[in-house]
Amino acid sequence: MTTHVLGDTRVLTSRSLRHILRSPDTIITTAVTPIALMLLFVYVFGGAINTGSDQSYINYMLPGILLITIASGIAYTAYRLFLDMQGGIFERFQSMPIARSSVLWAHVLTSLAANLVSVALVIGVALLMGFRTGASVTAWFAVAGVLILFTLALTWIAVIAGLSAKTVDGASAFSYPLIFLPFISSAFAPTDSMPGPVAWFAENQPVTSIVNTIRALFAQEPVGSDIWVALAWLVGLLAVGYAFAIAIYRRKIS
Amino acid sequence: MSTEVTRNRVSGPAIRVQGIEKSFKDLHVLRGVDFEVAAGSIFALLGSNGAGKTTMVKILSTLLKADAGTATVNGFDVAAKPGDVRESISLTGQFAAVDEVLTGRENLVLIAKLRHLTDPGAIADGLLAQFTLTDAGSRKVATYSGGMRRRLDIAMSLIGNPPVIFLDEPTTGLDPQARIEVWQTVKRLAGQGTTVLLTTQYLDEAEQLADRIAILHKGTIIQNGTLAELKQLLPPAKVEYVEKQPSLEDVFLALVGDTGETGTADDDPTNTADADRSAGPVPVRKEVR
Repeated sequence: MTTHVLGDTRVLTSRSLRHILRSPDTIITTAVTPIALMLLFVYVFGGAINTGSDQSYINYMLPGILLITIASGIAYTAYRLFLDMQGGIFERFQSMPIARSSVLWAHVLTSLAANLVSVALVIGVALLMGFRTGASVTAWFAVAGVLILFTLALTWIAVIAGLSAKTVDGASAFSYPLIFLPFISSAFAPTDSMPGPVAWFAENQPVTSIVNTIRALFAQEPVGSDIWVALAWLVGLLAVGYAFAIAIYRRKIS
Repeated sequence: MSTEVTRNRVSGPAIRVQGIEKSFKDLHVLRGVDFEVAAGSIFALLGSNGAGKTTMVKILSTLLKADAGTATVNGFDVAAKPGDVRESISLTGQFAAVDEVLTGRENLVLIAKLRHLTDPGAIADGLLAQFTLTDAGSRKVATYSGGMRRRLDIAMSLIGNPPVIFLDEPTTGLDPQARIEVWQTVKRLAGQGTTVLLTTQYLDEAEQLADRIAILHKGTIIQNGTLAELKQLLPPAKVEYVEKQPSLEDVFLALVGDTGETGTADDDPTNTADADRSAGPVPVRKEVR
């Protein structure tokens, strides 16, 4: 049956992509909050924040906004997975001769596609608001790679939430702290302006290194050691999230 | 590879359950269940809510693992050969397992693709016609009535012609017409040689459909037999003359027509089984004990 993994995943992914196409509001609402934050920070607070760099404030904060976009987008992944589990369709799939892992992978790939569209929307609005970068194609690919890794890592965490939630609200509530994380990082203001313990947390949580990496790539500056810290966080989160999600899934289906 | 295996029906009972036990923490749901279902027959597992019917079906359809005992479906052990069991069965669960966002046709195509069949579109169109859903086929399932949803659900279960079909409380929550439609479908299935195991809490449903009835009570089968055998357990019927008042169901069905919303189930060209004729008007039980 393992020979069907790819085919079954393709069929099931096209199913959940169709869900998104039929309710594009999930992509739009995913993008609306980050765009509103972006407007707020650029046109209201931005003037008062001293970033200590000579780039425009929108250039400075866009990486953090992109991470917020993804963190709010994956709530829908948990939501969709939870709805499948609630309805009988999940059990129908499990009682059919299909590759069982394809049920999860379909949700993961759909999450990736939906989040990339939301991110593209946010970048589009940022360009209208004056975001500029001279990043090379390679740098853009690097940014895309970091964002894809971030999406995958958070998506597997969302899978854990979707599989273990008892209510619809529970399925999406786990994403709130993730959405909040960029605020206590270098995403909107330099960490050295924060009081000691907060600055320590901000400097040692994953978002800061990821934000710094993307910011440096957009600004055509050297990424330094940030990219390795960021990659270590991303791969680590992805591995842990994946392992837990699969373990919970195995327990659910056996 | 296993597709050929499942096409040739394994000789012997289609389902054999021996000493199945299952507990959820301290709750002993099944305490040693035994029964067999002959190939091509309709077997009803009758029991009140919480009797363990759904748990039994989930074990047979490889969704749950039993704590003890063995079960085989179509000759395959559910624990040792779950993949082959899944090739042999379809499950229609307690809640219609349909995708609300997709159209009826897309639901059928989805299942046909997941069963790796050729020409999923033609299979979908055939089933839409068979279940008088052709007109609704391009509508989102979210707009369907409960009866239509159930018909689609059962249609999805027929894709790939699995030799064994599990129907877990197929008519719970349906109106009388939709119920009769489901009954007709089940009879037609058995007429084609499919083994049907259905669970129900409705006595008349078991009486109407089943070749054999097993009563699941407090985790064990307390009685198993044909309707006639079960009836013999009680003192013989005595003849009384009572004025036959139509039940509200008779009145309702006479007023709105038997098959309700579609009204065309009997026009179905594939609907040739004689058994269907008897399912039309609701039977009136004249025997009084």
